[in-house]
Amino acid sequence: MVYDCYMIVGDDFKNVIKDGKATGYQFGLRIPYFSSVIVSLVGSTELKVDGETIPEERMSVTLYGKTSPKASLADDPVTRWEFGDIGLITVDCPGGLPSGEHTIDIRQEVKIGFITGGLFGHDIKKLSIQN
Amino acid sequence: MTVNKIKRCVSLYSFQEEYFLRKMTLEDMLVTCQELGIPGVEIIGEQMITGYPRISSSFFDQWHSWLEKYGLTPVCLDQFIFPQIYKNRLMTEDEMVASILEDIRVAKRLGVKLIRVQHSVTSRILERTVAEAEKAGISLDVEIHAPSTLESPFEQELVRTFERVDSPYLGFVLDLGIFTRRLGRIMTDRWMRMGMKPAVAKVIAECYDNRQMDKLEDDIRALNGTQDDLDATFLVKHLVNSDPRHILPYMKYIHHIHAKFSEMTDEGRDYSIPYEEIIPILVEGGFSGYLSSEYEGGWFIQDAFVVDGVEQVRRHQRMLKQLLGEA
Repeated sequence: MVYDCYMIVGDDFKNVIKDGKATGYQFGLRIPYFSSVIVSLVGSTELKVDGETIPEERMSVTLYGKTSPKASLADDPVTRWEFGDIGLITVDCPGGLPSGEHTIDIRQEVKIGFITGGLFGHDIKKLSIQN
Repeated sequence: MTVNKIKRCVSLYSFQEEYFLRKMTLEDMLVTCQELGIPGVEIIGEQMITGYPRISSSFFDQWHSWLEKYGLTPVCLDQFIFPQIYKNRLMTEDEMVASILEDIRVAKRLGVKLIRVQHSVTSRILERTVAEAEKAGISLDVEIHAPSTLESPFEQELVRTFERVDSPYLGFVLDLGIFTRRLGRIMTDRWMRMGMKPAVAKVIAECYDNRQMDKLEDDIRALNGTQDDLDATFLVKHLVNSDPRHILPYMKYIHHIHAKFSEMTDEGRDYSIPYEEIIPILVEGGFSGYLSSEYEGGWFIQDAFVVDGVEQVRRHQRMLKQLLGEA
Protein backbone atom coordinates (compact mmCIF):
# COMPACT_ATOMS: atom_id res chain seq x y z
CA MET A 1 0.00 0.00 0.00
CA VAL A 2 2.91 2.31 -0.76
CA TYR A 3 2.65 4.33 -3.98
CA ASP A 4 0.29 1.73 -5.44
CA CYS A 5 -1.92 4.33 -7.06
CA TYR A 6 1.03 5.78 -8.98
CA MET A 7 2.40 2.53 -10.41
CA ILE A 8 0.79 2.54 -13.86
CA VAL A 9 1.67 5.63 -15.88
CA GLY A 10 -0.93 6.09 -18.61
CA ASP A 11 0.86 8.82 -20.56
CA ASP A 12 3.15 6.17 -21.99
CA PHE A 13 0.38 3.72 -22.98
CA LYS A 14 0.55 2.94 -26.68
CA ASN A 15 1.08 0.26 -29.27
CA VAL A 16 4.66 -0.38 -30.35
CA ILE A 17 5.02 -0.16 -34.11
CA LYS A 18 7.92 -1.75 -35.99
CA ASP A 19 8.17 -1.59 -39.80
CA GLY A 20 4.58 -0.39 -39.94
CA LYS A 21 3.22 -3.25 -37.85
CA ALA A 22 2.17 -3.31 -34.22
CA THR A 23 4.35 -5.82 -32.38
CA GLY A 24 3.03 -5.15 -28.90
CA TYR A 25 2.06 -2.41 -26.48
CA GLN A 26 3.69 -0.57 -23.63
CA PHE A 27 2.95 1.47 -20.53
CA GLY A 28 4.95 3.23 -17.85
CA LEU A 29 5.61 1.70 -14.44
CA ARG A 30 6.86 3.14 -11.17
CA ILE A 31 8.04 0.81 -8.41
CA PRO A 32 5.75 0.75 -5.35
CA TYR A 33 8.41 1.36 -2.72
CA PHE A 34 9.80 4.33 -0.81
CA SER A 35 13.35 4.27 -2.12
CA SER A 36 15.25 3.20 -5.19
CA VAL A 37 15.55 -0.55 -5.61
CA ILE A 38 18.30 -2.58 -7.17
CA VAL A 39 16.60 -4.20 -10.15
CA SER A 40 17.28 -7.73 -8.95
CA LEU A 41 14.81 -6.94 -6.16
CA VAL A 42 12.03 -6.19 -8.62
CA GLY A 43 10.25 -9.50 -8.18
CA SER A 44 7.32 -11.09 -9.94
CA THR A 45 5.03 -9.03 -12.15
CA GLU A 46 1.47 -10.31 -12.31
CA LEU A 47 -0.11 -8.50 -15.21
CA LYS A 48 -3.65 -8.79 -16.54
CA VAL A 49 -4.77 -6.82 -19.56
CA ASP A 50 -8.52 -6.84 -20.16
CA GLY A 51 -8.68 -9.85 -17.88
CA GLU A 52 -6.06 -11.88 -19.75
CA THR A 53 -3.04 -12.97 -17.72
CA ILE A 54 0.20 -12.00 -19.47
CA PRO A 55 3.13 -14.34 -18.83
CA GLU A 56 6.39 -12.64 -17.84
CA GLU A 57 8.14 -14.18 -20.85
CA ARG A 58 6.22 -11.71 -23.00
CA MET A 59 7.41 -8.67 -21.04
CA SER A 60 10.49 -6.54 -21.41
CA VAL A 61 11.56 -3.56 -19.36
CA THR A 62 13.16 -0.36 -20.65
CA LEU A 63 15.07 1.57 -18.05
CA TYR A 64 17.54 4.39 -18.68
CA GLY A 65 17.56 3.66 -22.41
CA LYS A 66 18.28 -0.05 -22.08
CA THR A 67 15.69 -2.72 -22.87
CA SER A 68 15.94 -6.18 -21.28
CA PRO A 69 13.66 -9.19 -20.91
CA LYS A 70 11.73 -8.84 -17.65
CA ALA A 71 13.19 -12.09 -16.30
CA SER A 72 16.76 -10.82 -16.72
CA LEU A 73 16.31 -8.14 -14.04
CA ALA A 74 16.83 -10.85 -11.44
CA ASP A 75 20.43 -11.25 -12.69
CA ASP A 76 21.41 -7.61 -12.25
CA PRO A 77 22.52 -6.77 -8.69
CA VAL A 78 23.89 -3.33 -9.65
CA THR A 79 21.45 -1.16 -11.63
CA ARG A 80 19.11 0.93 -9.51
CA TRP A 81 15.55 1.74 -10.45
CA GLU A 82 15.56 5.17 -8.91
CA PHE A 83 12.77 6.31 -6.61
CA GLY A 84 9.88 7.65 -8.69
CA ASP A 85 11.50 6.97 -12.07
CA ILE A 86 9.26 5.58 -14.78
CA GLY A 87 10.33 2.42 -16.60
CA LEU A 88 8.54 1.14 -19.67
CA ILE A 89 6.94 -2.30 -19.71
CA THR A 90 6.58 -3.62 -23.25
CA VAL A 91 4.33 -6.61 -23.86
CA ASP A 92 4.97 -8.74 -26.90
CA CYS A 93 1.59 -8.90 -28.70
CA PRO A 94 1.54 -9.16 -32.50
CA GLY A 95 -1.10 -6.78 -33.84
CA GLY A 96 -1.08 -4.70 -30.65
CA LEU A 97 -4.25 -3.69 -28.85
CA PRO A 98 -7.33 -2.36 -30.64
CA SER A 99 -8.29 1.31 -30.27
CA GLY A 100 -10.41 2.06 -27.24
CA GLU A 101 -10.33 1.55 -23.49
CA HIS A 102 -8.31 -1.22 -21.84
CA THR A 103 -7.94 -2.32 -18.25
CA ILE A 104 -4.40 -2.75 -16.99
CA ASP A 105 -4.15 -4.64 -13.70
CA ILE A 106 -0.68 -5.08 -12.25
CA ARG A 107 0.53 -6.65 -9.02
CA GLN A 108 4.24 -6.03 -8.56
CA GLU A 109 6.45 -7.70 -6.00
CA VAL A 110 9.39 -5.88 -4.41
CA LYS A 111 11.79 -8.21 -2.60
CA ILE A 112 12.49 -6.33 0.59
CA GLY A 113 13.82 -8.71 3.23
CA PHE A 114 12.79 -6.83 6.33
CA ILE A 115 9.12 -6.61 5.34
CA THR A 116 7.47 -9.79 6.61
CA GLY A 117 5.56 -11.63 3.92
CA GLY A 118 7.14 -9.55 1.15
CA LEU A 119 5.84 -6.39 -0.41
CA PHE A 120 3.35 -6.20 -3.24
CA GLY A 121 1.94 -3.14 -4.91
CA HIS A 122 -1.31 -3.32 -6.84
CA ASP A 123 -2.72 -0.84 -9.32
CA ILE A 124 -5.58 -1.03 -11.80
CA LYS A 125 -6.16 1.65 -14.41
CA LYS A 126 -8.42 1.98 -17.39
CA LEU A 127 -6.43 3.52 -20.25
CA SER A 128 -7.24 4.42 -23.81
CA ILE A 129 -5.28 3.66 -26.92
CA GLN A 130 -5.67 5.43 -30.26
CA ASN A 131 -4.38 3.70 -33.35
CA MET B 1 10.59 24.20 30.98
CA THR B 2 14.14 23.26 31.97
CA VAL B 3 16.83 24.52 29.62
CA ASN B 4 17.47 21.92 26.99
CA LYS B 5 19.98 21.35 24.23
CA ILE B 6 17.68 19.57 21.84
CA LYS B 7 18.01 20.68 18.22
CA ARG B 8 15.55 20.47 15.36
CA CYS B 9 16.02 18.65 12.08
CA VAL B 10 13.90 17.28 9.27
CA SER B 11 14.25 14.07 7.37
CA LEU B 12 13.78 14.78 3.68
CA TYR B 13 11.84 11.49 3.76
CA SER B 14 8.97 13.75 4.84
CA PHE B 15 8.83 15.23 1.33
CA GLN B 16 9.08 11.86 -0.43
CA GLU B 17 5.74 12.14 -2.22
CA GLU B 18 6.66 15.52 -3.70
CA TYR B 19 10.01 14.09 -4.79
CA PHE B 20 8.48 10.86 -6.16
CA LEU B 21 6.05 12.85 -8.32
CA ARG B 22 8.82 15.25 -9.36
CA LYS B 23 7.03 18.20 -7.81
CA MET B 24 10.14 19.06 -5.77
CA THR B 25 13.82 18.57 -6.45
CA LEU B 26 16.42 17.98 -3.77
CA GLU B 27 17.31 21.67 -3.90
CA ASP B 28 13.63 22.66 -3.57
CA MET B 29 13.46 20.63 -0.36
CA LEU B 30 16.54 22.32 1.06
CA VAL B 31 15.07 25.73 0.22
CA THR B 32 11.94 24.65 2.10
CA CYS B 33 14.04 23.68 5.15
CA GLN B 34 15.49 27.17 5.19
CA GLU B 35 12.06 28.77 4.76
CA LEU B 36 10.67 26.71 7.64
CA GLY B 37 13.61 27.64 9.85
CA ILE B 38 14.82 24.07 10.35
CA PRO B 39 18.55 23.91 11.16
CA GLY B 40 19.31 20.23 10.49
CA VAL B 41 18.83 17.95 7.50
CA GLU B 42 18.64 14.17 7.26
CA ILE B 43 18.66 12.22 4.00
CA ILE B 44 18.05 8.66 2.84
CA GLY B 45 20.75 7.90 0.32
CA GLU B 46 18.76 5.33 -1.62
CA GLN B 47 15.78 7.62 -1.83
CA MET B 48 17.15 10.93 -3.05
CA ILE B 49 20.76 10.53 -4.15
CA THR B 50 20.95 9.20 -7.68
CA GLY B 51 23.18 6.16 -8.08
CA TYR B 52 23.71 5.70 -4.33
CA PRO B 53 26.28 4.69 -3.10
CA ARG B 54 28.26 5.29 -6.31
CA ILE B 55 27.89 9.04 -6.25
CA SER B 56 29.65 11.56 -8.47
CA SER B 57 32.02 14.09 -6.94
CA SER B 58 29.97 16.84 -8.53
CA PHE B 59 26.98 15.78 -6.41
CA PHE B 60 28.94 16.27 -3.19
CA ASP B 61 30.14 19.70 -4.36
CA GLN B 62 26.57 20.67 -5.18
CA TRP B 63 25.29 19.33 -1.84
CA HIS B 64 27.75 21.38 0.18
CA SER B 65 27.15 24.51 -1.83
CA TRP B 66 23.40 24.14 -1.22
CA LEU B 67 23.88 23.56 2.51
CA GLU B 68 26.00 26.67 2.72
CA LYS B 69 23.62 28.74 0.61
CA TYR B 70 20.57 27.74 2.66
CA GLY B 71 22.30 27.71 6.04
CA LEU B 72 21.70 24.04 6.86
CA THR B 73 23.60 21.46 8.89
CA PRO B 74 23.87 17.91 7.53
CA VAL B 75 22.92 15.62 10.41
CA CYS B 76 22.13 12.06 9.43
CA LEU B 77 22.37 9.61 6.54
CA ASP B 78 19.90 6.72 6.57
CA GLN B 79 21.17 3.48 5.09
CA PHE B 80 19.65 0.15 4.17
CA ILE B 81 20.96 -3.32 3.60
CA PHE B 82 19.21 -5.32 0.90
CA PRO B 83 20.38 -8.90 1.56
CA GLN B 84 18.48 -10.38 -1.40
CA ILE B 85 20.15 -8.66 -4.35
CA TYR B 86 21.82 -11.86 -5.60
CA LYS B 87 19.62 -14.32 -7.41
CA ASN B 88 20.45 -17.56 -5.62
CA ARG B 89 21.88 -16.57 -2.26
CA LEU B 90 21.72 -14.01 0.50
CA MET B 91 24.48 -11.46 1.03
CA THR B 92 27.32 -12.71 3.19
CA GLU B 93 28.38 -10.95 6.36
CA ASP B 94 31.50 -9.68 4.56
CA GLU B 95 29.31 -8.09 1.90
CA MET B 96 27.12 -6.45 4.53
CA VAL B 97 30.22 -5.09 6.25
CA ALA B 98 31.44 -3.75 2.90
CA SER B 99 28.05 -2.14 2.34
CA ILE B 100 28.23 -0.30 5.68
CA LEU B 101 31.84 0.75 5.09
CA GLU B 102 30.64 2.29 1.83
CA ASP B 103 27.87 4.11 3.73
CA ILE B 104 30.50 5.48 6.13
CA ARG B 105 32.54 6.85 3.22
CA VAL B 106 29.44 8.51 1.76
CA ALA B 107 28.40 9.89 5.15
CA LYS B 108 31.83 11.44 5.59
CA ARG B 109 31.56 13.18 2.24
CA LEU B 110 28.02 14.36 2.98
CA GLY B 111 29.33 15.89 6.19
CA VAL B 112 26.85 14.13 8.49
CA LYS B 113 27.86 12.96 11.95
CA LEU B 114 25.71 9.87 12.17
CA ILE B 115 24.28 7.03 10.16
CA ARG B 116 20.86 5.55 10.87
CA VAL B 117 21.63 1.86 10.60
CA GLN B 118 18.70 -0.28 9.68
CA HIS B 119 17.44 -2.92 12.06
CA SER B 120 18.60 -5.86 9.89
CA VAL B 121 22.22 -5.35 11.02
CA THR B 122 23.87 -7.66 13.58
CA SER B 123 26.08 -6.98 16.59
CA ARG B 124 28.99 -8.61 14.77
CA ILE B 125 28.61 -6.31 11.76
CA LEU B 126 28.60 -3.29 14.06
CA GLU B 127 31.71 -4.54 15.85
CA ARG B 128 33.43 -5.07 12.52
CA THR B 129 32.65 -1.55 11.28
CA VAL B 130 32.90 0.63 14.38
CA ALA B 131 36.65 1.24 14.05
CA GLU B 132 36.15 2.71 10.59
CA ALA B 133 33.22 4.77 11.88
CA GLU B 134 35.36 6.15 14.71
CA LYS B 135 38.09 7.09 12.26
CA ALA B 136 35.54 8.97 10.18
CA GLY B 137 33.99 10.58 13.26
CA ILE B 138 30.59 9.14 12.42
CA SER B 139 28.43 7.15 14.78
CA LEU B 140 26.48 4.05 13.75
CA ASP B 141 23.04 4.22 15.25
CA VAL B 142 20.58 1.37 14.94
CA GLU B 143 16.97 2.40 14.62
CA ILE B 144 14.52 1.35 17.31
CA HIS B 145 11.36 1.05 15.29
CA ALA B 146 7.96 -0.54 15.86
CA PRO B 147 7.17 -3.37 16.39
CA SER B 148 10.40 -3.47 18.43
CA THR B 149 11.10 -1.34 21.49
CA LEU B 150 14.23 -0.85 23.57
CA GLU B 151 13.15 -3.84 25.65
CA SER B 152 12.94 -6.26 22.70
CA PRO B 153 15.49 -9.10 22.60
CA PHE B 154 17.63 -7.76 19.74
CA GLU B 155 17.71 -4.25 21.20
CA GLN B 156 18.74 -5.67 24.57
CA GLU B 157 21.50 -7.63 22.86
CA LEU B 158 22.64 -4.38 21.24
CA VAL B 159 22.69 -2.65 24.62
CA ARG B 160 25.03 -5.36 25.88
CA THR B 161 27.19 -4.96 22.77
CA PHE B 162 27.34 -1.19 23.29
CA GLU B 163 28.36 -1.71 26.92
CA ARG B 164 31.08 -4.15 25.94
CA VAL B 165 32.49 -2.18 22.98
CA ASP B 166 32.17 1.06 24.92
CA SER B 167 32.44 3.37 21.94
CA PRO B 168 30.67 6.71 21.65
CA TYR B 169 30.26 5.82 17.97
CA LEU B 170 27.64 3.12 18.58
CA GLY B 171 24.09 3.84 19.63
CA PHE B 172 20.46 4.12 18.69
CA VAL B 173 18.13 6.24 16.61
CA LEU B 174 14.81 6.24 18.42
CA ASP B 175 11.69 6.30 16.25
CA LEU B 176 8.86 7.92 18.17
CA GLY B 177 6.40 5.63 16.37
CA ILE B 178 6.91 3.25 19.30
CA PHE B 179 4.73 5.63 21.29
CA THR B 180 1.67 5.39 19.04
CA ARG B 181 -1.04 6.05 21.58
CA ARG B 182 -3.96 6.23 19.18
CA LEU B 183 -4.53 4.48 15.85
CA GLY B 184 -4.32 6.99 13.00
CA ARG B 185 -7.70 7.86 11.56
CA ILE B 186 -5.97 8.18 8.20
CA MET B 187 -5.50 4.39 8.39
CA THR B 188 -9.11 3.51 9.15
CA ASP B 189 -10.34 6.09 6.63
CA ARG B 190 -8.17 4.49 3.95
CA TRP B 191 -9.50 1.02 4.74
CA MET B 192 -13.05 2.29 4.56
CA ARG B 193 -12.34 3.80 1.13
CA MET B 194 -11.18 0.31 0.15
CA GLY B 195 -14.46 -1.20 1.32
CA MET B 196 -14.11 -1.90 5.04
CA LYS B 197 -17.37 -1.54 6.95
CA PRO B 198 -17.33 1.42 9.37
CA ALA B 199 -18.21 -0.89 12.29
CA VAL B 200 -15.10 -2.99 11.60
CA ALA B 201 -12.89 0.10 11.32
CA LYS B 202 -14.31 1.33 14.63
CA VAL B 203 -13.60 -1.92 16.44
CA ILE B 204 -10.01 -2.03 15.12
CA ALA B 205 -9.38 1.49 16.41
CA GLU B 206 -10.99 0.68 19.76
CA CYS B 207 -8.98 -2.50 20.26
CA TYR B 208 -5.74 -0.65 19.50
CA ASP B 209 -6.49 2.44 21.54
CA ASN B 210 -7.67 0.40 24.54
CA ARG B 211 -4.72 -2.02 24.33
CA GLN B 212 -7.01 -4.97 23.69
CA MET B 213 -5.30 -6.33 20.61
CA ASP B 214 -5.74 -9.91 21.84
CA LYS B 215 -9.48 -9.75 21.12
CA LEU B 216 -9.15 -7.95 17.78
CA GLU B 217 -9.63 -10.91 15.47
CA ASP B 218 -12.61 -12.28 17.41
CA ASP B 219 -14.25 -8.85 17.34
CA ILE B 220 -13.76 -8.59 13.58
CA ARG B 221 -15.20 -12.07 13.03
CA ALA B 222 -18.18 -11.20 15.23
CA LEU B 223 -18.93 -8.41 12.75
CA ASN B 224 -18.62 -10.84 9.82
CA GLY B 225 -15.39 -9.15 8.80
CA THR B 226 -13.64 -10.25 5.61
CA GLN B 227 -10.17 -11.63 5.01
CA ASP B 228 -9.18 -8.14 3.79
CA ASP B 229 -10.24 -6.78 7.19
CA LEU B 230 -8.07 -9.35 8.95
CA ASP B 231 -5.17 -8.55 6.59
CA ALA B 232 -5.47 -4.88 7.51
CA THR B 233 -4.83 -5.78 11.14
CA PHE B 234 -1.38 -7.00 10.16
CA LEU B 235 -0.25 -3.40 10.06
CA VAL B 236 -1.97 -2.53 13.32
CA LYS B 237 -0.18 -5.39 15.06
CA HIS B 238 3.10 -3.77 14.04
CA LEU B 239 2.30 -0.59 15.93
CA VAL B 240 3.51 -0.10 19.47
CA ASN B 241 2.10 1.92 22.33
CA SER B 242 4.95 1.82 24.82
CA ASP B 243 5.66 3.96 27.85
CA PRO B 244 7.97 6.90 27.00
CA ARG B 245 9.56 6.72 30.47
CA HIS B 246 11.04 3.34 29.55
CA ILE B 247 13.69 5.06 27.42
CA LEU B 248 15.25 6.89 30.38
CA PRO B 249 17.77 4.16 31.37
CA TYR B 250 19.07 4.11 27.79
CA MET B 251 19.42 7.83 27.13
CA LYS B 252 23.20 7.75 26.74
CA TYR B 253 22.81 5.47 23.74
CA ILE B 254 20.12 7.51 22.01
CA HIS B 255 22.00 9.73 19.59
CA HIS B 256 19.22 10.83 17.27
CA ILE B 257 15.43 10.81 17.15
CA HIS B 258 13.02 10.24 14.30
CA ALA B 259 10.14 12.43 15.32
CA LYS B 260 7.63 10.32 13.42
CA PHE B 261 4.17 11.64 12.69
CA SER B 262 1.32 10.79 10.37
CA GLU B 263 -1.22 13.56 10.71
CA MET B 264 -0.78 17.02 12.16
CA THR B 265 -4.30 18.20 12.90
CA ASP B 266 -5.61 21.72 12.41
CA GLU B 267 -5.05 22.16 16.16
CA GLY B 268 -1.32 21.63 15.63
CA ARG B 269 -0.94 18.25 17.35
CA ASP B 270 -0.13 14.82 15.98
CA TYR B 271 -3.23 12.67 15.97
CA SER B 272 -1.46 9.55 17.26
CA ILE B 273 1.74 10.33 19.19
CA PRO B 274 1.67 12.29 22.49
CA TYR B 275 4.56 14.70 21.90
CA GLU B 276 3.57 16.82 24.88
CA GLU B 277 4.35 13.80 27.10
CA ILE B 278 7.45 12.62 25.26
CA ILE B 279 9.46 15.82 24.91
CA PRO B 280 9.61 16.62 28.65
CA ILE B 281 10.94 13.07 29.16
CA LEU B 282 13.65 13.65 26.55
CA VAL B 283 14.57 16.87 28.34
CA GLU B 284 14.61 15.08 31.69
CA GLY B 285 16.89 12.42 30.20
CA GLY B 286 19.30 15.08 28.96
CA PHE B 287 18.90 14.34 25.26
CA SER B 288 21.04 16.79 23.31
CA GLY B 289 20.79 15.52 19.74
CA TYR B 290 18.41 16.32 16.93
CA LEU B 291 14.68 15.71 16.81
CA SER B 292 14.11 15.01 13.15
CA SER B 293 10.58 15.49 11.80
CA GLU B 294 9.62 12.39 9.86
CA TYR B 295 6.25 12.63 8.13
CA GLU B 296 4.86 9.27 7.06
CA GLY B 297 1.17 9.92 6.54
CA GLY B 298 1.25 10.32 2.79
CA TRP B 299 0.92 6.63 1.97
CA PHE B 300 -2.49 6.46 3.63
CA ILE B 301 -4.03 9.42 1.86
CA GLN B 302 -2.33 9.46 -1.55
CA ASP B 303 -5.15 7.41 -3.12
CA ALA B 304 -7.66 10.19 -2.46
CA PHE B 305 -5.89 13.42 -1.51
CA VAL B 306 -2.97 15.57 -2.55
CA VAL B 307 -0.18 14.90 -0.05
CA ASP B 308 1.33 18.09 1.38
CA GLY B 309 4.46 17.10 3.26
CA VAL B 310 5.61 20.72 3.44
CA GLU B 311 2.50 21.86 5.33
CA GLN B 312 2.68 18.81 7.60
CA VAL B 313 6.32 19.53 8.44
CA ARG B 314 5.54 23.22 8.97
CA ARG B 315 2.92 22.29 11.58
CA HIS B 316 5.14 19.67 13.18
CA GLN B 317 8.08 22.02 13.52
CA ARG B 318 5.83 24.68 15.02
CA MET B 319 4.73 22.14 17.63
CA LEU B 320 8.32 21.09 18.35
CA LYS B 321 9.35 24.71 18.83
CA GLN B 322 6.52 25.25 21.29
CA LEU B 323 7.28 22.09 23.24
CA LEU B 324 11.02 22.85 23.29
CA GLY B 325 10.35 26.33 24.61
CA GLU B 326 11.70 28.05 21.49
CA ALA B 327 8.47 29.74 20.54
